[in-house]
Amino acid sequence: MNDLKALQEKLQYDKTFDCVQCGYCLPACPTYETMEKETHSPRGRINLVKMAAEGKASLEDLEEPIEKCLGCMACTTVCPTNVQYGAILEGVKETLEDNKEKTKRSEKTEEFLFRSFFPSSRWMNRLGNATWLYQATGLQKVARSLRLTAMSPLHLGEFEKVIPSQPSPFVRKKRMQRVEPEGTPAAKIAFFTGCVMDSVFFEINQQTIELMKRSGAEVILPEHQTCCGALHAHSGKVGLSKELAMENIKAFEDENIDYIVNNAGGCGARLIEYNHLFEEGTEWHRRAKAFTEKVKDISEVLVKLDGLKFSAPVEKLVTYQPSCHMTNVQRVTKPPRQLIEQVPGVKLREMNNPDFCCGSAGVYNIVNYDDSMEILNKKMEAVNKTNPEVIVTTNPGCLLQMKLGVEREGKSGEVQALHLVELLMEAFPRPKSSIGKGSVCDLGIGK
Amino acid sequence: MKEWIYELKTTFSANQVLTELADRYSYSFDGSFGEYLPDAVVQVKTKEEVVHVMKMANRYKVPVTPRGQGTCLSGGPLPVKGGIVLDTSQWPANIKVIPDDLIAVVSPGVLTASINQEVEKFGLMYPPDPSSAHVSTIGGNLAENSGGPRGLKYGVTKDYVIGLELVTPEGEIIKTGGRTIKNVTGFDLTKLVIGSEGTLGVIIEATLKLVPKPPAMQTLMAVFDEVELSGRAISKTLTSGILPSKMEFMDQASIQAVENYKPSGLPVDAAALLMIELDGHPEAIKAEAVQVEKIMKELGAKDIVVPKKEEAAAKIWQARKQVSPAIAKIKPTKVSEDATVPRSKIAEMMEKLELIKEKYNIELIVFGHAGDGNLHPNIMCDKRDEDEMIRVEQAVGEIFQAAVDLGGTLSGEHGIGTMKAPFMEQELGSAGLDMMKRIKDSWDPNGIMNPGKMFPERGQKLVLRHE
Ligand SMILES: Cc1cc2nc3c(=O)[nH]c(=O)nc-3n(C[C@H](O)[C@H](O)[C@H](O)COP(=O)(O)OP(=O)(O)OC[C@H]3O[C@@H](n4cnc5c(N)ncnc54)[C@H](O)[C@@H]3O)c2cc1C
Ligand code: SF4
Ligand code: SF4
Repeated sequence: MNDLKALQEKLQYDKTFDCVQCGYCLPACPTYETMEKETHSPRGRINLVKMAAEGKASLEDLEEPIEKCLGCMACTTVCPTNVQYGAILEGVKETLEDNKEKTKRSEKTEEFLFRSFFPSSRWMNRLGNATWLYQATGLQKVARSLRLTAMSPLHLGEFEKVIPSQPSPFVRKKRMQRVEPEGTPAAKIAFFTGCVMDSVFFEINQQTIELMKRSGAEVILPEHQTCCGALHAHSGKVGLSKELAMENIKAFEDENIDYIVNNAGGCGARLIEYNHLFEEGTEWHRRAKAFTEKVKDISEVLVKLDGLKFSAPVEKLVTYQPSCHMTNVQRVTKPPRQLIEQVPGVKLREMNNPDFCCGSAGVYNIVNYDDSMEILNKKMEAVNKTNPEVIVTTNPGCLLQMKLGVEREGKSGEVQALHLVELLMEAFPRPKSSIGKGSVCDLGIGK
Repeated sequence: MKEWIYELKTTFSANQVLTELADRYSYSFDGSFGEYLPDAVVQVKTKEEVVHVMKMANRYKVPVTPRGQGTCLSGGPLPVKGGIVLDTSQWPANIKVIPDDLIAVVSPGVLTASINQEVEKFGLMYPPDPSSAHVSTIGGNLAENSGGPRGLKYGVTKDYVIGLELVTPEGEIIKTGGRTIKNVTGFDLTKLVIGSEGTLGVIIEATLKLVPKPPAMQTLMAVFDEVELSGRAISKTLTSGILPSKMEFMDQASIQAVENYKPSGLPVDAAALLMIELDGHPEAIKAEAVQVEKIMKELGAKDIVVPKKEEAAAKIWQARKQVSPAIAKIKPTKVSEDATVPRSKIAEMMEKLELIKEKYNIELIVFGHAGDGNLHPNIMCDKRDEDEMIRVEQAVGEIFQAAVDLGGTLSGEHGIGTMKAPFMEQELGSAGLDMMKRIKDSWDPNGIMNPGKMFPERGQKLVLRHE
């Protein structure tokens, strides 16, 4: 009985009662659409959590339905009773994680991955370095021609094809920790670099800094920042995730900072909810709240600063694939579209049901490859109908997934997948205040 | 493994027959109360598959409960006797519009809202508009005879069905009605099947009647200091030669709940609100709007809003839509009733509800489709509170009695299912109920078609408590 009580607490049993089983979330859930059963719907999942909490179903029964959830949170946006699905999901994941009996080996790898790899900039840099080495030395070609990577059960080969070329370690090291605009700064921004963004998409991070600078902001990169902890929380490592949050809160605790900016929808969604990790009324909750109030997506801050003037037209037909976490957690939907439309020459054509997840979802596309590809196929159907030249996204996972989508359709020559920041840079933005003064490419960034 | 499950598994493809516990629990509930585990879930996608399941189930005498999207508010798709849940929601959507005949032929798993999207392309409209239209299936709508705000002017689901194709409990395909508006050949089985809650067979195709989409609409909102006045304003409007397409009512509790939940600029001190929509030719509704405004003023509305822009009108209807979720914030469990009375009795019914609310000390909130007498008294409670739930059970019983006493009915749109079965005799009398039961028995000699619904078992009472 006591056990059940404890289990109920862990599984957020009380929160499951907010669900009135109206089914309004069914049409919004990507996995209900592709897996075609209620077991893989938000309502079904919540009910199963409830059944497990009441001892009517076992934790094993929960495993598959929970593992197959994308965590895209589309269900929370449409839910009329504001069910806290995010909290329920995290609760189950943690419970399942604690319950799992693991082989030593897999535990070790995971331990390494989550404790050292994602949070460590040293390691992430090394991955960046390693991929760079891999590509530059031509190893990539050899591996591809031998189809070595294709044999990997994790389908890493598929992803390998779409990873961009990496800058040399020298370029990485050279990065400045503080960048100042011409004239008096319009705002002071602390940039959250993000693990995947800063390794695989280092170049986009550089461009992001440049855009903020040209918009008139001073940008700093706090040294002790670490992983946002989203991937940890999504795989049930809530404790670790909280530790990381505390580190970040400390690293960004500077009263002079106006905004804490990131360019990865998934990270932003985690950062903006740091306050949920601490009990209200505590000191940490207060500190977290001060942090989250400053968190902004790059698109929001660029719209707010309104300091860019684009100097070259980009005559392209663009469609926008919003990151689920931007839409459903951060609730940032307009700024990216506003920016796209500001680019001269660009024509934005919305796809059908843009809020449908692309199937990337953290490491979902690696762990649940086949299910992810089914979802991607649906997404590409909608994308193709707009006949775009460019697909714009705002999150590294989505960006890789869209690149993969394009590749799978055999359209890599015709269609580009770009981060919003890259599109903006293509239009040669200049500071509004100093138009005509020349010398805009002082960091040597831009294509 | 039970023999019949084995047979199912050998005749259907593996992913169509679900028997894992997680899957069975996922089809054990609907939008109402209680959960009942089926032994298997079969996801049918063709007419032949339904025939197959029914023939087999009839042979083994295994209960079959059809299910659309499980949004029912009265327990219709709950497999109360176990057996098979027959899921029609994954049936490939097929909507064939025949504009010249003003009809559409649809498959059972089609979402109701997508029918409208499709027929709009032809300048047509399928009027029934339950607020769950974007989630619920047409099969579920037909089986429940669902309706919505537009019921006032246009009627409900049954008014728009001219033909059905059905698999009987014994596994035979029958066709009822046809493609013509006029049809007097034999008994009207179409109407019998509509609203039968899946107890007479499985609907596998429907022919729906369409109407031209009205070219223009105008919304009005009237604010009242007394509920009584709003009741009279409804009657006056409806006898003045104007038939609005919608006429919705909100009481003070629901106004306040909405404003607390998602502020929409509603007047929180008002005792009642009427939201009205007129549709038709632009010139005609212009004149009607002036007339309605005049009536509202005469009857003491203290404020009348006539939005000029579409967005402003949409905002009013959005606020109305928020009622249901907003009141869910008051307490976690919602017992949603839809007792309906003749239009002229609305004010009286409101008074009775007020008394019941006090007597049982419950959170009772009233809103709904006032224009057609279809009120939605909602009781907000907590199903973990045993004491409170007993009071709620008693209050529900009294609400039904009040409606029936005023010449009304137990349910205007949500159906009987398990929830209201105990009250059937109250409304129909024992001979009336017995006649229905005899019809049911001759359609379904083995009693396998959605058993445990509509007809109360001996001594069955309304139970909302947990175990
Ligand atoms: C938030 C909310 C708002 C609602 N608003 C309204 C409203 O405004 N008006 C209204 O009338 N109702 C409303 N409802 C109730 C519900 O949506 C309707 O009753 C709807 O018709 C149910 O459709 P479904 O597809 O979910 O069917 P289900 O709930 O799955 O099933 C309903 C019944 O239909 C039977 N059935 C389903 N498919 C078939 C078939 N092919 N053949 C035979 N029988 C079948 C089932 O056995 C069951 O008895 C609302 C519900 C919710 C949760
Ligand atoms: S929309 Fe919300 S309340 Fe409705 S079934 Fe889904 S989670 Fe539950
Ligand atoms: S988070 Fe996404 S995949 Fe998971 S239940 Fe909600 S809508 Fe479905």
